[in-house]
Amino acid sequence: MKIQFWGVRGSIPSPGAKTVRYGGNTTCIEVKTDSGQTIILDAGTGIYPLSQQLLSVMPLTCHIFITHTHWDHIQGLPFFLPLFISGNDIRIYGAFDPLLQKDIGDVLRDQMAYSYFPVRETELAADIQYTSLRERQTTEIGSTLVTGIITNHTALNFGYLIESNGKKVFFTGDNEELFNIYSPEDDSYEEYNQIIQHKNDFLHDFIRGANVIIADSAYTSEEYLAKKGWGHGTYEYCIEMAKKAEVPSLYFTHHEPLRSDDELDRIKKQLEARFSSSPGTPLLYMAYEGLEINL
Amino acid sequence: MDLTSDINCPPREVVDVIQRDPVLMMNLLKLVNSSYFGLSQSVTSVNHAVVYIGINTVKNIALLTAALGVLPRKNKAGFNIDDFLLHSLSTAAISKTLAKKVAVPERELSDFFLCGLLHDFGKIVFTNFLPGEYQKTLLVAKEQGLPLYEAEMQVLETDHAQVGSLLAEKWRLPSPVVECIKNHHCRDSRQQLMTDAVFAANQISKKTGTGYSGDNIVQELPDKIYDLLGAEDIENVILSLGDVTATLDKSFLRQ
Ligand SMILES: [Zn+2]
Ligand SMILES: [Zn+2]
Repeated sequence: MKIQFWGVRGSIPSPGAKTVRYGGNTTCIEVKTDSGQTIILDAGTGIYPLSQQLLSVMPLTCHIFITHTHWDHIQGLPFFLPLFISGNDIRIYGAFDPLLQKDIGDVLRDQMAYSYFPVRETELAADIQYTSLRERQTTEIGSTLVTGIITNHTALNFGYLIESNGKKVFFTGDNEELFNIYSPEDDSYEEYNQIIQHKNDFLHDFIRGANVIIADSAYTSEEYLAKKGWGHGTYEYCIEMAKKAEVPSLYFTHHEPLRSDDELDRIKKQLEARFSSSPGTPLLYMAYEGLEINL
Repeated sequence: MDLTSDINCPPREVVDVIQRDPVLMMNLLKLVNSSYFGLSQSVTSVNHAVVYIGINTVKNIALLTAALGVLPRKNKAGFNIDDFLLHSLSTAAISKTLAKKVAVPERELSDFFLCGLLHDFGKIVFTNFLPGEYQKTLLVAKEQGLPLYEAEMQVLETDHAQVGSLLAEKWRLPSPVVECIKNHHCRDSRQQLMTDAVFAANQISKKTGTGYSGDNIVQELPDKIYDLLGAEDIENVILSLGDVTATLDKSFLRQ
């Protein structure tokens, strides 16, 4: 399979002189399987340049998996050009929101309300199907399998594991390390630790055997001190996760909007200096727009 | 503390508020265990829910429940909700303390708490959906000196244990929890320990006058509880528990 990054920013698009090399579009990852299926992870603004490229392959069948419906993961969706062209077959998947009783289709419909967008969802010409997913429900796309697992974010977020032709890639979506909400002297501290450990084991077992992890690493561990509970990971935590799950390659993404190209270069160097000699450390990559992974 | 007014309240306080309130708790567990989430194992504690689906989702579920005002302070049945909450909470705390005392493993203690908290949930259902009939039931219990569940049988032809367990089952709570709610008025020591513990905790809560949930009739504790604690009567058991009910923080009761 071939994986390509079309958007690597978190929160908000960040074009400008300082982000030219890594790119300013928000989250969008294209996965092309060996048998030619197109799977798209998230629909941040990166899906717009991707859609221009896809215009050359009409009629198009593609499968868009949404990790969660925060803006930076869906804001490109109304601009996904194949939606406007009849003959295209577009399947959109995501978690059902049990609280608001909304599925992923409602979200797109709301997003295209006339106050925000000049075309109504009902006017889209492509054949569009929405599927609400449960945790660990596997979607079969030909012989490719896509399965979601709930990760830790401020909204319900699915990390997706894609298995195709003997290769596996895992994308965390937005994900923060679990932390104990109690102090060590509290009664519930130990119990909470056990639940965290159980959940972590569950996640690592789920990912184990993957060739690649693509992970939300918005913060350095110093920055994280002021961002605890905001729902995003650190570089250090992602390395830890990849080690625990014994995954050989780790791609950092969801870069902070203000993070400059030079800073990203510097952070990568520092991480390699700190971690690459320690056993089990995966190969580290900073995701940038256009980066391709061939598995 | 008022959940709805403080969006930034720390996670542990959110947990605290939810696990003191049978209605919030029921709603949380109902949603978390619903097929929407498709979690691989049933969730029976708030902490568990927080780790698995995230503190924000848990908080939102609680906020939604609170906003719907499921538990009006004043109801047509004349059932005192503050006293009911205190009874539920003290039963939960006593049940957990009993379990601790007889060396139930740490990870199972939260189920003992949960069952204590939810055992009388059926009464809330009656209060909300059959207020007129339930007012009559409360009166019958009082006038004839009956345990409330017997008065319920007389007037409603079912009781709160039955109704509560049916709901718990519908909402996919684990079967030991369903069993416990269903049988919490059966003094029969062949049952699971949790049912005996909740039975006993319920009696102790009444005996010590912590809260009120419709009658004050205290029954003999299950033999298994006496055996396990090496106690002969309820006074003995209460002594052995220390000051569990006094440590209950009553400040959660809204004015
Ligand atoms: Zn994001
Ligand atoms: Zn997000």
